[in-house]
Amino acid sequence: MSLKNKVAIVGADETDDIGIVPNMTPIMMHAQAARNALRDAGIDKSEVDGVFTAGAGMMASTQLCEYLGIIPRYTDCTMTGGSSFVIHVEHAAAAIAAGLCNVALITHGETGFSGRNRRGPRGGGFAFDTTMPATQFEVPFGVGGAPSTYSMAAMRHMHEYGTTSEQLAEVAVATRKWAQLNPRAFMRDDLTIDDVLASRWVSYPFHIFDCCLVTDAGGAVVVVGADRARAMKKKPVWVLGSGEASTHQSLLGMDDVTRTPARYSGKAAFDMAGVTHADIDVVEVYDSFTYTAMVTLEELGFCAKGEGGPFVSKQRTAPGGAFPMNTNGGGLSYTHPGMYGMFILIEAVRQLRGECGARQVAGAKLALVNATGGMLSATGTLILGGD
Amino acid sequence: MAEYAKPIPYPSPETQPFWDACKRHELLLPYCPTCADFFFYPRQFCPRCFSWEIEWRRCSGKGTLYTFAIQMRPQTMGFTPPYVTAIVQLEEGPRLMTNLVGVEPMPENIRCDMPVEVVWEDVTDDVTLPMFKPAGV
Repeated sequence: MSLKNKVAIVGADETDDIGIVPNMTPIMMHAQAARNALRDAGIDKSEVDGVFTAGAGMMASTQLCEYLGIIPRYTDCTMTGGSSFVIHVEHAAAAIAAGLCNVALITHGETGFSGRNRRGPRGGGFAFDTTMPATQFEVPFGVGGAPSTYSMAAMRHMHEYGTTSEQLAEVAVATRKWAQLNPRAFMRDDLTIDDVLASRWVSYPFHIFDCCLVTDAGGAVVVVGADRARAMKKKPVWVLGSGEASTHQSLLGMDDVTRTPARYSGKAAFDMAGVTHADIDVVEVYDSFTYTAMVTLEELGFCAKGEGGPFVSKQRTAPGGAFPMNTNGGGLSYTHPGMYGMFILIEAVRQLRGECGARQVAGAKLALVNATGGMLSATGTLILGGD
Repeated sequence: MAEYAKPIPYPSPETQPFWDACKRHELLLPYCPTCADFFFYPRQFCPRCFSWEIEWRRCSGKGTLYTFAIQMRPQTMGFTPPYVTAIVQLEEGPRLMTNLVGVEPMPENIRCDMPVEVVWEDVTDDVTLPMFKPAGV
């Protein structure tokens, strides 16, 4: 049984404020985003019977359901980092298609910026559990957060394929141009390739402008079955294709660090949707780093392996370019609270509804969403269609 | 050495032979006779064929720099940037995450695939870490 056209996203929204929001905790953001997405859909909380989430504590779905006052028939707190919420859409589609729930709520909330100053115990991530492999074989060498690992993947890509810092900077500059069309974007100042190349190093070969923001933000989407979707007040956004894949946890688990599991999740989504790359009108991919977006285009098959650098050159992905990508301004310039996948998804919905104002891609009918989580570890791909 | 400020590994039952060998300045890695190949990090079984009949074999400590990055901000506690994080490909096949030492952490001094060799860092009375330096330096 294919999940094609079985469900649609009928509600999508973010917290009222994103960026620096010191007066909210992560779970407050989950709740406010849920309220806003349900309001966007015109569905009452009492109808929600499927809850999908990650990041609200170790037992994320039970914690969130209690907090929201929901007794669900179905929950899923699959945790694949920033790709979690895109993968949740596929899981929600499967649950709805199987009759296990009718109204699926997917929520996210993080205070990546303000949480750094919050009181109380810190840490608890996989890298700090002394029984986990990374704690023995990576952390003692000063390998920790994403900048320290994605940089090593990018370095190998530059070595093997001749990818340049200028090519990576093209992504930062093009994405900033989209942000300048989005009043909610965090970073809207002019940015040139020379600016990127002159900026300080964070983790060579990454300059600061190769790296995503660290902000506060929450988001949520509502997914329902086809019959219900057709009766909604806003145009449904159909799930035409989906795929998920994970290939490793650490870079040490990769035979080739220049690959990503997007090659698997992307193929699955294209196969299900029955469309080709040329059919896609707008592409929303995870830009934790400029490199992440570039290599994801290769892995999804928009260009040949190793040719991501030339592909993104000459501002191809910028407003007015041949390949509109990351149209909200991306994790690089819009917002990035930690697990950014939710915001990729919301932007695709907004583009397909035609709600994007100055940054609207004219006539966008098909969107591809791909989110990457962990250390290039797990990806979810969706191909979404407007009504 | 009691004031070593960086994170140290806490060996688990399946990794103890690796860390014990490091104390002796030997690079001892898990090997699967069925696959006739090494694997890393250590487990009680081979992650390829799922055989639980594994051996430990000594490696030469020679290899190449598969990839690296120069960390300009501390990524874990105790580190003072700049420092070089690296993935080394041993000549026997498996890869380790490590630090490249014995070289100024400048881009012009470091390139992928350069030959490297192990250098032992006795960081505490109990812990020795395998680090790597450019071969022959």
